[in-house]
Amino acid sequence: MYETNYHRASSVDEAAQLMGNAGEGKYLAGGMTLIATMKQRLAAPSDLIDLRHIGSMKGITVNGRNVTIGAGTSHYDVASSDALKAVCPALCSLASHIGDPHVRHMGTIGGSVANDDPAADYPSAVLALNMTVKTNKREIAADDFFVGMFETALEEGEIIVSFSFEAPDKAAYQKFPNPASRYAMAGVFVAKKGSDVRVAVTGAGSNGVFRHQGMEAALKAAWAPDALAAVSVDAGMMMADIHGNSDYRANLVKVMAKRAVAAAG
Amino acid sequence: MTKVTLTVNGRKVSGECEDRTLLVNFIRENLGLTGTHVGCDTTQCGACVIHMDGRSVKSCTILAVQASGSDITTIEGISSGDTLHPVQAAFKENHGLQCGFCTPGMVMTAVDMIRRHGGQLDEQTVRNELEGNICRCTGYHNIVKSILSAADEMGGAKQAAE
Repeated sequence: MYETNYHRASSVDEAAQLMGNAGEGKYLAGGMTLIATMKQRLAAPSDLIDLRHIGSMKGITVNGRNVTIGAGTSHYDVASSDALKAVCPALCSLASHIGDPHVRHMGTIGGSVANDDPAADYPSAVLALNMTVKTNKREIAADDFFVGMFETALEEGEIIVSFSFEAPDKAAYQKFPNPASRYAMAGVFVAKKGSDVRVAVTGAGSNGVFRHQGMEAALKAAWAPDALAAVSVDAGMMMADIHGNSDYRANLVKVMAKRAVAAAG
Repeated sequence: MTKVTLTVNGRKVSGECEDRTLLVNFIRENLGLTGTHVGCDTTQCGACVIHMDGRSVKSCTILAVQASGSDITTIEGISSGDTLHPVQAAFKENHGLQCGFCTPGMVMTAVDMIRRHGGQLDEQTVRNELEGNICRCTGYHNIVKSILSAADEMGGAKQAAE
């Protein structure tokens, strides 16, 4: 790891201010991606602004069907929240399958979404649950947030503070994990609220997480796994690597989507 | 150099290190507690698992400065004097190891796992929970047996106390 300068922020404002004074600074949440990346010398920030001690960025509040999750909430805390489980168990289940128990104790929802790894699980939930991403500057709709691989609408120095959404009637997330790394080779989050259906795909797309309009239309017409049988998934949009070619991933997307609808019930 | 202050195994300690120093290296080199191992150094193998503020974490992927002010428990801190912790005793009894390199991480993982599940564990849960710990000797069979045995004993002891 190259040298770096560590700063601990105690409030969102202080963090933004520290970033403003930094050279090539990076925010540090749980560090489960950033520290690993720095060890490989793939990232070399001059300054790290640690967000982990900002109390206002942690915690889950459920008010009726309205859910707000602080960006600094760990995967473990999302997975084990009884209040969240009561209104949106799909999100708890997603969080419970990220990394391993130790990683889930440190990694945060805000860190994962801000990093926007194309194989990360959370971006699919943000998109399918139509979350509002609240930052220290503004509110960003899920559909405007994800720009491409590792690229979001966040501006320089902008910090995600929380996520909020109205719990869906039905939802589920299913992923096909890479047998070695356990990263999603295809992960599909389906959510139904009233007559609206959203289907978000992670792990597979060559441009990062995306919604699949064809599957959404089919599931709006009939909420059942078989409704997806005639929908085509374009292999031209899929990643291809040593773990699977684009046809394979396109097929996986459909299989995961069917499983997700079946799991959502 | 930055001053890092921690409570390690109940004792307040401090030391100077670079901001880029990993917690596992601080524990091993500054504090001389070499029971915590560096295996893969890439957040995968779990040989470096310790408890930070009561939760299991991988100390090869946390900076020492990030941990400053926290309460740390390492493998050296779980026995009481010469009496092994029930998880350590179960690993010994069930031969839950061969070369022993992964064992400190396995034991710290098991202690955290049993705490979170309140002693209620079955084989499948233990195997799933071992996702972040790699053993290249044992095929995991005796490790799983050791953890189930310790969970039974700790669950039983808890019931007896109540």
